[in-house]
Amino acid sequence: MSGAASSGIGRPSWANLLFVLPYMLVLAVLLIAPVGLGMWLSFQDYDMLGGWAGGVGFENFTNLLNDRIFLGTVRNTVIFVVLTTPAFIVIGLFLALSLNDRTRRSSALRSIFFGASVLSVTIVTLVWRLVYLPDRGLLADTLAIVGLHGLDPVVSETYALPAIAVVTVWWIIGLPMTLFLAALQQIPAEIYEAAALDRTSRWRTLLFITLPSIRRTVVMVAVLEIILQFQLFGQALLITGGGPNNRSRPMVQFIYEAGFRDLQLGFAAAASQILFALMLLAALAQMWLGRRQDGAS
Amino acid sequence: MAAPHAMRGYRNGFGDRVLFVAVLLLAAIWIAPIVWVVGLSFKPNDVLMRSTGGIVFPPFTLKNYADILAASSVFHWMLNSAIVAIGQTILTLLIASLAGYGFARTNFPGKRMLFVLVLAALAVPEQAIIVPLHTMFAVVDLHNTYAALIAPRLAFPFGVLLMTQYFRAISPEIEEAALLDSASRFKVFWRIVLPLSIPAQATLGIYTFLHGWNDYFWPLVSATKPEMYTLTVGLAAMQTNFAQTEGIGFLMAQAVFAGLPVMILYLFFQRYIVSAVAGAPAK
Repeated sequence: MSGAASSGIGRPSWANLLFVLPYMLVLAVLLIAPVGLGMWLSFQDYDMLGGWAGGVGFENFTNLLNDRIFLGTVRNTVIFVVLTTPAFIVIGLFLALSLNDRTRRSSALRSIFFGASVLSVTIVTLVWRLVYLPDRGLLADTLAIVGLHGLDPVVSETYALPAIAVVTVWWIIGLPMTLFLAALQQIPAEIYEAAALDRTSRWRTLLFITLPSIRRTVVMVAVLEIILQFQLFGQALLITGGGPNNRSRPMVQFIYEAGFRDLQLGFAAAASQILFALMLLAALAQMWLGRRQDGAS
Repeated sequence: MAAPHAMRGYRNGFGDRVLFVAVLLLAAIWIAPIVWVVGLSFKPNDVLMRSTGGIVFPPFTLKNYADILAASSVFHWMLNSAIVAIGQTILTLLIASLAGYGFARTNFPGKRMLFVLVLAALAVPEQAIIVPLHTMFAVVDLHNTYAALIAPRLAFPFGVLLMTQYFRAISPEIEEAALLDSASRFKVFWRIVLPLSIPAQATLGIYTFLHGWNDYFWPLVSATKPEMYTLTVGLAAMQTNFAQTEGIGFLMAQAVFAGLPVMILYLFFQRYIVSAVAGAPAK
């Protein structure tokens, strides 16, 4: 990527700047400026109703760190990431390994697993709220067959967050599956042919050839999913509303409510900074772990 | 799309069959909610009040869908979503192609620095800037307009990076010949390079359209008047009185109806959609 500057043709000219100017202007106004403004806001006492009451140093941050609801949303978000990321990797990898061929059958099955990804969060949550209906939902009907009655995950402190995790994995399993499929196709066929000649078992082939070959992709998918799942919002807002007793309220919902319901812009901006920092930290930690494993082998 | 070699050399049928049954079972679980909702959307509400069993038995009805057509705001929201998603798609293709060409093929002062800025923008999530972004649009009084709904997504750097990569992979010789003929730089881009980039345009176009159509957070905070709702926001607003579930057939019909446009798109452009979601041009 860093070779951008050397790969052009022709002499440098200011006129060529015109090609990138429209996008750079949009980027400056709609992304870079808000990042800067957000950082500034997080140190201000700025309330949409009361107006701007000046800088307050780190007060917004210290208030957040003493706010039990906010700390609860941090915990919920981390639990959600821990619940979903391994599921995305294990199920995504299993599907990719099983459906990695050119048959019509595999292609049809891939379409099924990918299909829900194109739906919006509102449609997905609408479908699943119906599935989770306590008396007539698909889940309740299915569990009734095996004699389980009265489970209403949406209002259960224990099951609310896992219920949201199930919806999320169902919704976007297509992305990890597709990324793993792409990685599997990069493995040279000769390696497998050699393994087949040696009569290497299926499990040994998986453990010693396939998995090591796609380790980079596994790390990439893990980082990607951590970043994506830290942003949990619509599913929680629309399925449980963050309840019961705040047990499924994620950080982004906290930002939404602080900023757009309670109109405390400085406070909400500070919470956004913490979310941003946590996401960067988690991604860096994951990449560092992946690299360390690379070095060890 | 998949190479056939992964399982080559394994003819132990039993293991294959166990694996296949497991995948089939998983697929059944995956598709069950959709089949269930589509099936029940054709059932009368008063029947669903009592029980949601008997999905394949009559009575059936189209009343739930007729009710949607009567509640005309759904169409209006769909139109809003279409305007926003198509607007974002056209504008993104335009500015991302220009910028991608600029970064991949031309030289200008400060290019390296600007490109690093674009790469860094990739790390910024929407949630980190939504509060200040909302404040900015409030200051210029643009909320509840199409401009406000369309603009913020244009800044996402994915399109520029995709186009930069794609243009860089195109052989430079054709361009060099045209430039020797002293064609202007823009003409070379417009007449020669842009037509070569159709596959990347299709990928980026579908990616942008889908994300625009399905966007939820920004329209939720920017469009506060019901007539400016997009489909995602409107549907969510209609779900708020979910507790009183007399009309679950109607809710199911809504879910099906709202999902139909993208599902049709998915059936026709699956290859492009899959590669767009994975972030690479279709092969």
